[in-house]
Amino acid sequence: MENTTYEKVNAILSENNYNPHGLIPILQAVQEEYRYLPENVMAYVASSLGIPASKVFGVASFYSHFTLQPKGKYIIKICDGTACHVKKSTEIINALEKHLGLTAGRRTTEDLLFTIETVACLGTCGLAPAIVINDEVHGLLTPEKAVELVKQIQAKEANSSGDKE
Amino acid sequence: MSKDRKLTVDNIKVLIEDERNLLEVIRKANIELPTFCYHSEMSIYGACRLCLVEIEGRGLQPACSIKPEEGMVVNTNTKELRKIRKMILELILASHESACPTCVKGGDCQLQKLARRMGVTHIRFSKGLERVKIDESSPSLVREPNKCILCGDCVRMCNEIQGVGAIDFAYRGSNAKVTPYFGKELAEVECVNCGQCARVCPTGALYPKPNIDEVWDAIHDPGKMVVAQIAPAVRVSLGESFHMEAGTLTTEQIVSALRTMGFDAVYDTSFAADLTVIEEAEEFLGRVEKGENIPLFTSCCPAWVSFAEQYYPEFLPHLSSCKSPQQMMGSVIKNRLAASKKLKKEDIVVVSIMPCTAKKSEALRPEFSPDSVRDVDYVLTTQELALMIKEMGLNFSQLPKDSFDLPFGFKTGGGVIFGNSGGVTEAVLRYVSEKIEGQKNGNNNYVFECVRGKDEVREVRLELKDKTITLAIVSGLGNAKKLIEKIKSGEVHYDLIEVMACPGGCINGGGQPVTKDVCVKAKRTISLYDSEKTLQLHKPQDNPYVTELYNTLFKHPGSEIAHELLHTSYQARKNG
Ligand code: SF4
Ligand code: SF4
Ligand code: FES
Repeated sequence: MENTTYEKVNAILSENNYNPHGLIPILQAVQEEYRYLPENVMAYVASSLGIPASKVFGVASFYSHFTLQPKGKYIIKICDGTACHVKKSTEIINALEKHLGLTAGRRTTEDLLFTIETVACLGTCGLAPAIVINDEVHGLLTPEKAVELVKQIQAKEANSSGDKE
Repeated sequence: MSKDRKLTVDNIKVLIEDERNLLEVIRKANIELPTFCYHSEMSIYGACRLCLVEIEGRGLQPACSIKPEEGMVVNTNTKELRKIRKMILELILASHESACPTCVKGGDCQLQKLARRMGVTHIRFSKGLERVKIDESSPSLVREPNKCILCGDCVRMCNEIQGVGAIDFAYRGSNAKVTPYFGKELAEVECVNCGQCARVCPTGALYPKPNIDEVWDAIHDPGKMVVAQIAPAVRVSLGESFHMEAGTLTTEQIVSALRTMGFDAVYDTSFAADLTVIEEAEEFLGRVEKGENIPLFTSCCPAWVSFAEQYYPEFLPHLSSCKSPQQMMGSVIKNRLAASKKLKKEDIVVVSIMPCTAKKSEALRPEFSPDSVRDVDYVLTTQELALMIKEMGLNFSQLPKDSFDLPFGFKTGGGVIFGNSGGVTEAVLRYVSEKIEGQKNGNNNYVFECVRGKDEVREVRLELKDKTITLAIVSGLGNAKKLIEKIKSGEVHYDLIEVMACPGGCINGGGQPVTKDVCVKAKRTISLYDSEKTLQLHKPQDNPYVTELYNTLFKHPGSEIAHELLHTSYQARKNG
């Protein structure tokens, strides 16, 4: 967060009348802006509202809606709804986690390329098991096919960053 | 008059008075219901569930969260309740690192005590414990998250009573933990080191950082002269660690113990408190005269100083520039002893014994290490002194009486009552009143009853000759915060404000022996006031050794050399 000005945060705060009881809507708006809740912004929100930063962190870490880490360039939503679950979506989750070196606590790769999220139902049960990578649906997957998709993206990214150098 | 309201607890009829919950009514019937998360000084949280009771017609209810009602029939000892209590303890123990024989809190731990009391002898659940790093970043406190039982006592203390909020709950469900924000360490956040969180933590998850080994090493080093200074509040609390009645005055046994342990000299921090009174009272009179930086805030509580530096930098010019008695003492001892004994300052080791965890970090402030030699080398809390005495196997209560070394062991009552909230103010008044009235009031005329009391915020107006002085005495940083906000809004005005971070003052410090008994605080307070009665002198200006120090060294209060050795300055700090 180099050179952060807190203009947008200030606007969010004043829309909420700097009301500490409005912490949750404030954090929601902040997250919409930054796609996650950066520490410095949470600290700024805390001091602007006159509440301890530990309180803001407590709320932000409590609700799974909030994310404390920046998300990757590619967001992989893995469906774990009933249909996909029955069709072994867990194995897809495991395979992708393993391939990307992610855990239940770490959902984004260090290079900020991928974030894995599990979702309840994508509404494409006919394609189960399905995943969505940045709004593009991929269905009827196996763990191998899912990993293959990710590998393709990785290869593409490696080339394009190679080009720049 | 309305008729008496009663309820029944285990077949005992109990009167309902103004108790705020059923738990307190039950305790009145002499039934000690187990609790972790209930403290009468803080809000009701209702998380630990240990206080469950059966209320006829209403089933199982947490007594801490229920209003007592006329005619209630309450059972505390049913088969079901006994089973549930054991189960709760088992569940807590399954996620607690039970290392009792090596735990600092061992023997004082509520969890250990309750497990014993409830007859929990084995735990049926496997330990799902993920070990977390111990946080030793703070100079004052250690945090062992593996021993935390999530009662939230520390969180509410820091938030509600101290107005700081350095730690809070984060995450959820089985991942929930108590932590500084963003997973930082305690030293990186706003913690002011008051230690009140450790005072209420029922387990070994938060405790004063020990310096015991360093002190033994210094004592065992033949090349060092090791001297002790004892704060007022220690003498009325240490006995509790040796099964003595709370408030028992043990000054002479403490001196005796320290000598036996190998200290070369034993001094009284109250001597430096006398010195503080004179410097601070003159500073106050000077400011009143010039109309400058009034109100004057006292500065002897380092947790309060950190709090002001962090949250109220605009008030820093209002803080007295006097060092705390601990630091004045360190500086005087190092300078005077080095000269008189022809020693290098680094060969004198000053160990202070304090009721306080914040004093540990105060001693480390760079401005208190002139020429890179610390004025106070180590700070031990009352708890640590008890451990050292036990380690050595001294039979504390039976020790022969012994007295302090001169000159820095001589004090007046003014320097002793510093340990109570209101004590500093009273001692300053003993000086200021004679100054303003221009006459000595006689040695037996020294008590200012008007500044004493139990309330954590007290206001006093005092007429002295043609002057009116308005005073505020506040303890607990949350109270200080509210008071300062009122000053800022112009709602109130005072000339002198005494702030102590710990509710009730140093007698209730974060380094004092732990207790869940709410009467202990009052007993220590009364005993400290009483202890003054046996002293010859009561007004700091009458201390002959302080006078001698002025004659030979400082010349007069506020002199250049006094400023060098006895005063300090503050800076705005922003943590986190
Ligand atoms: S020492 Fe005081 S300020 Fe620090 S965490 Fe504990 S209660 Fe809060
Ligand atoms: S650190 Fe101690 S006081 Fe705080 S929640 Fe854990 S067990 Fe309770
Ligand atoms: S004391 Fe009542 S729930 Fe903890």
